[in-house]
Amino acid sequence: MTQTLLFYTFATLTAASALGVVLSRNIVRTATCLLFTLLGVAALFILLDAEFLAAVQLLVYAGATLVLILFGVMLTSKNPFTSYQPSRLELLLSLTIAIIFFTSLTAAIHTLPSPPAASESSYSILFLGNALLTDYLIPFELSSLLLLLTMIGAAHLSNPRKPTSNQ
Amino acid sequence: MSPPTLLQRLLFHGPPAHPLLYSFLIIAILFAALLASSIAMFCIWWERKVSARMQSRHGPNRVGPIGLLQSPADGLKLALKEDLIPTSADHLLFRLAPYLTFVPVFVCFLAIPFAPDLIFQPHLSAGLFWILAILSVEVLGIILAGWASNNKWAVYGAIREACQMVSYEIPLGLSILIAVMSAGTLNLLAISHLQQGGLHTWLCFRNPFTLAASAVFFIASLASNKRAPFDLPESESELVAGYHTEYSGIRFSFFFLAEYCAMFVVSAIQITLFFGSWNDPLGLIGYYSTSHNDFFLLLLNLVALVIFISKCLLLIFIQMWIRWTLPRPRIDQVLYACIKVLLPFSCLLLLGSALWQLLLPELPGTPWQDYDPWHAHSWLSTHTTPALLTQLFLSLLAILFLLITLTWITHAYLTGKQSIHKRLPGADSPHATRARISPQYN
Repeated sequence: MTQTLLFYTFATLTAASALGVVLSRNIVRTATCLLFTLLGVAALFILLDAEFLAAVQLLVYAGATLVLILFGVMLTSKNPFTSYQPSRLELLLSLTIAIIFFTSLTAAIHTLPSPPAASESSYSILFLGNALLTDYLIPFELSSLLLLLTMIGAAHLSNPRKPTSNQ
Repeated sequence: MSPPTLLQRLLFHGPPAHPLLYSFLIIAILFAALLASSIAMFCIWWERKVSARMQSRHGPNRVGPIGLLQSPADGLKLALKEDLIPTSADHLLFRLAPYLTFVPVFVCFLAIPFAPDLIFQPHLSAGLFWILAILSVEVLGIILAGWASNNKWAVYGAIREACQMVSYEIPLGLSILIAVMSAGTLNLLAISHLQQGGLHTWLCFRNPFTLAASAVFFIASLASNKRAPFDLPESESELVAGYHTEYSGIRFSFFFLAEYCAMFVVSAIQITLFFGSWNDPLGLIGYYSTSHNDFFLLLLNLVALVIFISKCLLLIFIQMWIRWTLPRPRIDQVLYACIKVLLPFSCLLLLGSALWQLLLPELPGTPWQDYDPWHAHSWLSTHTTPALLTQLFLSLLAILFLLITLTWITHAYLTGKQSIHKRLPGADSPHATRARISPQYN
């Protein structure tokens, strides 16, 4: 009963703020709506007893990605409240993609067999850590390599070719 | 189903029937609200007293005994002020930002282990990670506040906050990782229980690297809290008031409360991770917590609560002490200190800590439950003598450091009265000096 009530509360929050992300024209407001979407998804993860996943969701997306988005907007925008006007072609394209994605996702959920219910131990951090460093070691290391490459690339791009005169 | 906690046993004589009551949601929220705001108000008053003491003033001393009611009075004043929103601001985000800053800090209280049985959610298996994740949402509130104000000082403050937070989160996370590697769990309650065997089992004394990591954590937590010397997002001398320049009244008070609550939260994380949580240096609380008498346990919990909060207040005092002592660096110096000094240092610490644990194994298990921390036999029989020697050496070092500091403070207290009089202008005539520091002119 309580679970169901909480699920519908957070599902509504997620869906409403996701609509806000799509409909708002102000980029900072879009980012704020995205924050509430992420919070709602994190709450849904908690309802599924996956609190580690919820924490990762908040830490990576809310704490890092959103801060970077806002930071980028602040550094690059010329007028204070940047808004964008999507052209008709963009609107059409994104609508098509959204409809295709939505129908295929719905079809997948309805046709594929539901995954087996996870046991208590498969949610624990001990289990996750062991799995990452044994069975999934190579994908794990590859993703860290990707992050390292990104970092090197960023450092290379931000490195001035010529030493500045005033230092 | 987990066994009922102490409070549930006392209140319901077993696990309560209703699941909503079982989660203690309402009590937790009420208690956290009262606790968080009273701690913040006390810290605000205390900060003003400490700063006054350091500047030879009296500080607040009119409202209530020794000015203790000054913070509630100020809060009332702020709540009654006119509600101002700049016309060119983004109204929605301007209103939202204070809550986005305050609520995350407030939610963190739910995971802090105040005492063995006084923790709102004891079964959070990733409690530490959870606190970090929620605290990282707080930055967004500050960035939005600066942005929505549509004021260049506020935007500068917000940009500085964003860069400072993004860079100092890395050494903060790495130093936490070092403690977690030593503890082997992310549950704050379990981490606290690991340190209940006395001073030498506290995580900061486990090996030299965790001791250094606790210092790194302290510096990084100052930066993530925007406390001086890292208070660049609100540096008054350059940016008016930084990100909260346009805020006044009750919205400003939310930022203020959030700052002091965040000070308490990071101090609580540091206490839990490094400085023995609620445990006393002799491990008595851990020893007696196996008792079966419920009222004795309740008493023990209250003692543990007092110990935990006093340790946190001590750390908060050090934060204040630093704030009123050190000057503020430039933003590039702040980032230099993080990226080129703290970050490589904490990476080295991480490597060193991993090697240390590989080469010098520690005694596994929880003190008092799995082994007797005060008997050398349990250490000798498992070939963990080097670990014991390190822990003893480091804790003796800490005791020595504490004794030196206490001697210094006592000396300063005993000789300080005269030196203040010597330094103040007009010190030649005793009447002039007394008039200058008398309450009327505070």
